[in-house]
Amino acid sequence: MPDRSAAQPPIVSLRDVGKRFGNGVVALTQTSFDVRRREFVSLLGPSGCGKSTALRIMAGLSEPTAGDVVWRDGGDRAPGSIGFVFQEPTLMPWATVAANVYLPLKLTGMAFDRAQPQIALALQRVGLPDFAGAYPRQLSGGMKMRASIARALVTRPQLLLMDEPFAALDEITRFRLNNDLLALWQATDQTVVFVTHSVFESVFLSSRVLVMTARPGRIFAEIEIDAPYPRAESFRTSSEYAALCRRVSEALARAMSAEAAA
Amino acid sequence: MTTPRRRREDENLERSRRERILRASLPLAALLLGFLVWDLVVRLKGLPPYMLPSPGLVLSTLIDDWAILFASLLVTLTITFEGLLLALVGGVGLAILFNQSRLVEYSLYPYAVILQVTPVVAIAPLLLIYLPQQAAVLACAWIVAFFPVLANTTLGLNSVDRNLAELFRLYGASRWQVLWDLKLPAAMPFILGGLKIAGGLSLIGAVVAEIAAGSAGAGSGLAYRIAESGYRLNIPRMFAALLLLSVTGIVIFAALSWFSHLMLRRWHDSAVEQET
Repeated sequence: MPDRSAAQPPIVSLRDVGKRFGNGVVALTQTSFDVRRREFVSLLGPSGCGKSTALRIMAGLSEPTAGDVVWRDGGDRAPGSIGFVFQEPTLMPWATVAANVYLPLKLTGMAFDRAQPQIALALQRVGLPDFAGAYPRQLSGGMKMRASIARALVTRPQLLLMDEPFAALDEITRFRLNNDLLALWQATDQTVVFVTHSVFESVFLSSRVLVMTARPGRIFAEIEIDAPYPRAESFRTSSEYAALCRRVSEALARAMSAEAAA
Repeated sequence: MTTPRRRREDENLERSRRERILRASLPLAALLLGFLVWDLVVRLKGLPPYMLPSPGLVLSTLIDDWAILFASLLVTLTITFEGLLLALVGGVGLAILFNQSRLVEYSLYPYAVILQVTPVVAIAPLLLIYLPQQAAVLACAWIVAFFPVLANTTLGLNSVDRNLAELFRLYGASRWQVLWDLKLPAAMPFILGGLKIAGGLSLIGAVVAEIAAGSAGAGSGLAYRIAESGYRLNIPRMFAALLLLSVTGIVIFAALSWFSHLMLRRWHDSAVEQET
């Protein structure tokens, strides 16, 4: 299925969104894009291009100073309808993996016993079914990130926002998590917006890549990645992948030089 | 057959065992040596007990006067623990209040500092005028003990991981949930650190107040025994009471350290055993 998104209506649309911080720095300007149901969209750009800001605005953690964020159902986002994965695992060190994954449900007032099946399922999905009772300090970096993803998935959010989640991991672990994330995305009908500064990661994962420029951040190019899913490890070494990476790299280079000229 | 690596591990184990024994035995040896020198000085100089009692005399006084001293120890212990408990409740409570309301923090924090920096020896006589003695002693213990709890808890409540705080916001956590499920657990190592300091200080506060009350006081804590024995030139009993006081301080510190370890051993780096 090369095109599993185009027919779907957008879940959320950013319309001319801008963000100017209190100190006068413009992080984001005139940014418009749609995220459709079951899409895997990457925001790709140099650091400081406002991609994290765009993500935080979508999550409601930051208010835009211009433009609108429009949700499909028109209303506001209910807690739990959005999952957020930070660059660090951001687990509570004093709580077990199960208790960490339980947190979003706990905050909505669900009792632990009732939440148990959902917690087990989320841990199963990320490959940590045997680590429910472990404390974060007992886990490796990759496993902590898996636990963090399980926590984001436990509410079955309609939108999963990921802010450079694998940037701090070694490449081998990152590749494995990339593969597992794709499998997870296909097994569930999750919609993902993924922030990264890696061309290769964005091409491998996404159905669409949005290339951004910095200072002020805005969308420079939009590239459909029409390689079919499922994408196996062999996709990484295919000439198709290399060609797509070249296209995205060139767009990124043009974005950077446009920024330098501005 | 033992491989070279196996032998090296054995050697390491042996070395760490030896070091543990040394660390336990050296302070004891130093203590014994100190007692020996003390005893020799008393004997060789022929010092009378009212100037310097020998260690043996102090020990026998401790045993002979045990009934009186033990009753006093209980009084001092009770006040110390009451002071510590009030310090914990007051310190943590006030820190939470400060954390929830800037207004309260700005209004009261300077006075908490003033209470801390004014020497308690100077406050004690005033308190003794206005309060019944028991209450005054307790107030002194509380005054010196509560500040470390307050300061540490304040620091702890403010050192929450920013991303975790955002996560709570994302899921629409209430103020109460943020406090109970995020801030207080994050502050726990700080609170326990403050409590460890407060334990010793509470004892000091209680002793200072009893000394200030002096012979006028009707109290019967260990510090009162020391003051009373001083007036009566019963120096061996002074030493025995002093010995009991410092043993009490050590036990309080050890107990609080153990408690802190118990609370944190599962997750906090300070309490987790190194696995090599």
